[in-house]
Amino acid sequence: MSDPLESEVKTNPQGDPITSVEPEQKTNPQGDPITSAAPVKVGGGSKDPHEGAKKQRVVTPEYMFSEAPRKREFITGSEAAKEAVRRSNVDFSVAYPITPQSETMQLIGVLYGEGYVKEYYRGEEEYGVMSAIAGGSRAGVRCFTATAGPGTLRGVEPIASWPGHRLPAVAMFTCRVVNAPLAIQPDNIEVAYLLHCGMIVFHAENQQDLFDFIMKGFIISEKNDVTLPVGVACDGFFVTHARAYVDMQEKDIKLPPREAWKGAVPVLDAENPPARLSRDAPVQKSNFMAYNIHAVWQQEVWAAVERSRRYIEQYMGGLCTAENVEGAEAVIIASGSACAQSREAIRLCKDQKVNVGLIKIRSLRPFPIKELRRLCAKAKLIVIPEFNYVGWLAKDVAAAIYGYSNAKIVAGPHVYGGMSMPVEMIVDEVIGGLTGKKSITVPDSAIMGRDVSQAEVAHFMQNI
Amino acid sequence: MLLKTLPADKERIIVPGPAGFMPPSAAQLGVELPPSGVGIAYGHHTPEDIAIAEIARQMLTKPNATIFPGPMVLWAWNEHAVEKAQAVMEIAAQIPNVFIIPMPDYRPKYPKVDPEEVINPNHPNLTIWGNKIEACIFVGLHCHYANLTLKMIRAGTNCCTSALCAEQGHEDAMLSVHDMDVAKLRKVAQIIKRVREEMKIPLPADGRTVRYTGLQSRVNGGETHVNPLSFKLASPPPSGVRMPPEGQKPH
Repeated sequence: MSDPLESEVKTNPQGDPITSVEPEQKTNPQGDPITSAAPVKVGGGSKDPHEGAKKQRVVTPEYMFSEAPRKREFITGSEAAKEAVRRSNVDFSVAYPITPQSETMQLIGVLYGEGYVKEYYRGEEEYGVMSAIAGGSRAGVRCFTATAGPGTLRGVEPIASWPGHRLPAVAMFTCRVVNAPLAIQPDNIEVAYLLHCGMIVFHAENQQDLFDFIMKGFIISEKNDVTLPVGVACDGFFVTHARAYVDMQEKDIKLPPREAWKGAVPVLDAENPPARLSRDAPVQKSNFMAYNIHAVWQQEVWAAVERSRRYIEQYMGGLCTAENVEGAEAVIIASGSACAQSREAIRLCKDQKVNVGLIKIRSLRPFPIKELRRLCAKAKLIVIPEFNYVGWLAKDVAAAIYGYSNAKIVAGPHVYGGMSMPVEMIVDEVIGGLTGKKSITVPDSAIMGRDVSQAEVAHFMQNI
Repeated sequence: MLLKTLPADKERIIVPGPAGFMPPSAAQLGVELPPSGVGIAYGHHTPEDIAIAEIARQMLTKPNATIFPGPMVLWAWNEHAVEKAQAVMEIAAQIPNVFIIPMPDYRPKYPKVDPEEVINPNHPNLTIWGNKIEACIFVGLHCHYANLTLKMIRAGTNCCTSALCAEQGHEDAMLSVHDMDVAKLRKVAQIIKRVREEMKIPLPADGRTVRYTGLQSRVNGGETHVNPLSFKLASPPPSGVRMPPEGQKPH
């Protein structure tokens, strides 16, 4: 006669006893619970892995962004991106792995396994990935991808064709060094290549921004008068791999699906060959084309970028935010992780009794030109810290406010090639700019201002 | 800013051209799309009815006024498209001597286009020039292609362009009204009727307001005009086309 207790010992198909039926709560090395990983269930194998996805209900963007209750979690940027995609009713996602994006797209794969993303695969490389996004978007489905650094540049030809094809999609750029020499660390030079594609470009400061910008990006991207891709850039590692608190809506709600028939262009007609991934015309200029066909096409893409402003206002609360700018002795203008560094620099300046304001640029395209002209009208000193060598943000700021502000613009400090930005560097530029001490930032420092020859300034402006 | 009347001549931003070799787009000139219930007249936001009345005046007085129907009202995709097309015909029925020249699709017409018979977004100026059209209405186009077309016409011709748009409207048109559903298209027809009567412009007794182009005349036995309300659909729209739920109807 068998021991009745023995019958309660569960075994696997091979007869080995299963000693634990409840999974242990996973934690990171600091002991924080890892909340984004689905708990491993032992037994109960018949449970539908797509159950959660199937139970999601569609809510309006207005409810999702403004009214839905949120819960705070301590997660990485990659996990924040995953959670944004979970709630965004994404049909199709494809990517090729590259540091520091790999974890993000691996987590999108988890979402695919859970049924939150309908189609997912690893592309052959970034050119193929971005071309696949073009095909998916043209076919009328909601698409998401992510890449970084050299991957961005490898994909930039098809990426640059998305706006001309009027293809809504969201692409996340986890910025890193562009080779060579090979490095994988933070540097946002790749944003400079994206600014002139005709796509909308947001720059996330932190994990919360990343979560919000991705979700809002889908809705803005698909507005009929926009119908453009949205790029959501963040600084790799600082945002993707670090943890921060992110306020998120419940997992059981999602955005409405893409309504492709409402787009500014027809979707791909795959039932009537020849189905072409390229938009009709202009094939080339000829006697059968107006001389300005491609020119007005480009105008239309950039007009669509302009039209996105009102939706960025509506859903994101503006293209930029301003903190303590009125009456400040100096203003720091920054985007991405440089904002976070700037906040600490402002605190250090305050300790020295120097009152400094911050303008955080959320949207790089469209660029907040009118906002900066208004905010900087009375500024005396503007400091623009950046995580790249070339100072793409400083050039945009200078071009935007030229003629509208007499402020001296310090294009720096700059760090690049994977360096971090000590906040003391920003403080040094602020104090140096106010006291007249020579800036350590070369060569773009003091490109505008009262102590510079106007002829030199005009020459600079004409050549940027 | 919402004007209560048409803008004065000197304040107008988007006006019949030729605007030049490479004029900036309306968006570059700061013209923005208006909210619901508001139209655009010459680059300024005005109440919708004022913009529609100006469309009426232009279409009733300018030489060779033309309606350019795009694929979304030209083809019987579904019942909704048919209803819209019929409403467009009601507009045509209020404009004596109007042309109807189709934009059947957006593809370039190789090796040769007949620009007087069809309009194409790759060279819409040829159609305007060839027919000496000085006022026109675009309806039923996808917005991207409408915008290309409107920009090119403003750059190279003296045509006053109007857009009746199912979505957010067109800043590159001199006159634009949006959110165009069947009811609003019928409202446009009624306003044109009112303006026509105020201007004491009679309709032909037989209702034959639409003037045939050369090819249209040839395939219709040499007739020169037709009554647009006599148009009958050859067959109902395909039964296999799924109609979206109410409130999500295609434009």
